[in-house]
Amino acid sequence: MPAPDDASSLTRLPASELVLRLRQGDLSAVQLAQAYLAACDRHEPTLRAFLHLDKQLVLDRATAIDARRQAGESVGALAGLPVALKDNLCQKGVLTTCASKMLQNFRPPYNATVIERLEAAGAVCFGKTNLDEFAMGSSTENSAFQTTRNPWDPERIPGGSSGGSAAAVAGCLAPLSLGSDTGGSIRQPASLCGIVGLKPTYGLVSRYGLVAFASSLDQIGPFAHDATGAALLLQAIAGHDPRDTTSLNQPVPDYLADLDQPLAGLRVGVAREFFGEGLDPQVEQAVRTALDVYKSQGATLVDVSLPTSPHAVATYYLVATAEASSNLARYDGVHFGHRTERKSNLIELYSRSRGEGFGAEVKRRIMLGTYALSSGYIDAYYLQSLRVRRLILEDFQQVFRQCDVLAGPTAPTAAFKVGEKSADPLSMYLSDIYTISCNLAGISGISIPCGFTTGGLPIGLQLQGPQFAESTLLRAARMHEKATDWHTRRPALVTG
Amino acid sequence: MILSDEQVRWVAHLARLELTEVELTAFGGQLSSIMNYVDQLRAVPTEGVEPFTHALPLVNVLRDDIVAPSLSAAEALANAPARQGDYFTVPAVLE
Repeated sequence: MPAPDDASSLTRLPASELVLRLRQGDLSAVQLAQAYLAACDRHEPTLRAFLHLDKQLVLDRATAIDARRQAGESVGALAGLPVALKDNLCQKGVLTTCASKMLQNFRPPYNATVIERLEAAGAVCFGKTNLDEFAMGSSTENSAFQTTRNPWDPERIPGGSSGGSAAAVAGCLAPLSLGSDTGGSIRQPASLCGIVGLKPTYGLVSRYGLVAFASSLDQIGPFAHDATGAALLLQAIAGHDPRDTTSLNQPVPDYLADLDQPLAGLRVGVAREFFGEGLDPQVEQAVRTALDVYKSQGATLVDVSLPTSPHAVATYYLVATAEASSNLARYDGVHFGHRTERKSNLIELYSRSRGEGFGAEVKRRIMLGTYALSSGYIDAYYLQSLRVRRLILEDFQQVFRQCDVLAGPTAPTAAFKVGEKSADPLSMYLSDIYTISCNLAGISGISIPCGFTTGGLPIGLQLQGPQFAESTLLRAARMHEKATDWHTRRPALVTG
Repeated sequence: MILSDEQVRWVAHLARLELTEVELTAFGGQLSSIMNYVDQLRAVPTEGVEPFTHALPLVNVLRDDIVAPSLSAAEALANAPARQGDYFTVPAVLE
């Protein structure tokens, strides 16, 4: 057993270092799990990143991994490494609530493909993390159960919707975690929490067992302290799955093989639309400094334009809500989930169960989507949004003829205070202004730490690439890490 | 654009969502302001642009027509809020 001091420094290490120690036998999976469980005991009362964390399940799994390793069995690339899971990922027999009263008692009868793959890779599934209800939100304040706090300033939100997964890694409660990203729900909280978050290309990671929000936009992706950790986790979950009809059947590259090799002749696109009104000057300053880092490494900065991007948020809130209104029709009080206790006829059973089970933001989005799809409005709203969506895609196709990656801010501001935006849904929606187009076009994106505000809040740099450009994004992220130390910073809550 | 109470009620009915009077009023205002914001899309010239539904060129993805294991009735029913034997229970539909 490591002494308590060792245990708390252990939890600050990046995943790549922990994997090495586990492999070399310097560290057991049980020791590591105990260190993170101790960190949770200390910081969860403040951060509230987890909705449920079954310690015994974690320790049993870690014990089993240690036994297999000792027996000389092959244990997988992530063997013994804890991975926290957003609570919209189905884990067999384990509560999967989507932070909704609707699914308060739901225990899925099957595992999501990503969880099967994590288990095959030897990872230790480490609890289920908080989110905005059904992944709808940008702060975790829409959780029916709790608001997660930002490890850099517990008065502030961690971002969302994968705020619990981001806070868990940033607060050193787990070395890695999985989130889902429909309009920025991995990248925005990664940015606000000072860590790396990657949204894979649509179709790279199976969505089987991810509770659906907007099926044409949703993707599961990794959080880590650094690019290497993100690459490790992405490697484990990426690849074709016959159970997801939108999963692409093509080989997955080795993301770690050339991760450390800088990209020669990298062309970094800088879209003027990403530096407009609403961008906090300190965020802009940090992002410009990151661009200079790339320039000093021999990259060329290319001025580009995404002329349709001012319409991305409007497009998103029609496409995403239309799909959500359809996806969430399954919660009917009959098959699973909340059912009203009031005596009702069939229609009342549906509407009362849904009225009682869903929170305000989910209802608002179902209403918006239903309206956009309703007779008389579908052409003006839904179909028009799909046409604009194509223009957004064509903007990117044009831009990626001129550059390899697009760089800009991930979010217009650093983390805001709890309650600051919750009364005005539209202002909350606008915090996703830079991340949303990536999902609409189905391309890849990553947020990496690139500085801090004068108030000590993290700032994120977003890199976006064409479809299946994850290797390029991770290598570009690694280049930035070699010239900076932002990814090594840990919040005072953890170090103090 | 202002959504009337009647319109909000109609949409809630279509969505099978029971709303309280307080929610009805709040959503009316919020949905109106969101619809005003998304109205910008109507001014975007899109003549001749095909609607784009998702990012991959995949169509008619089918698995082989082979019998394979699936959830047992017990597993499928395990989360049912009300059941009778191997059935989900709903209120009587026919009088």
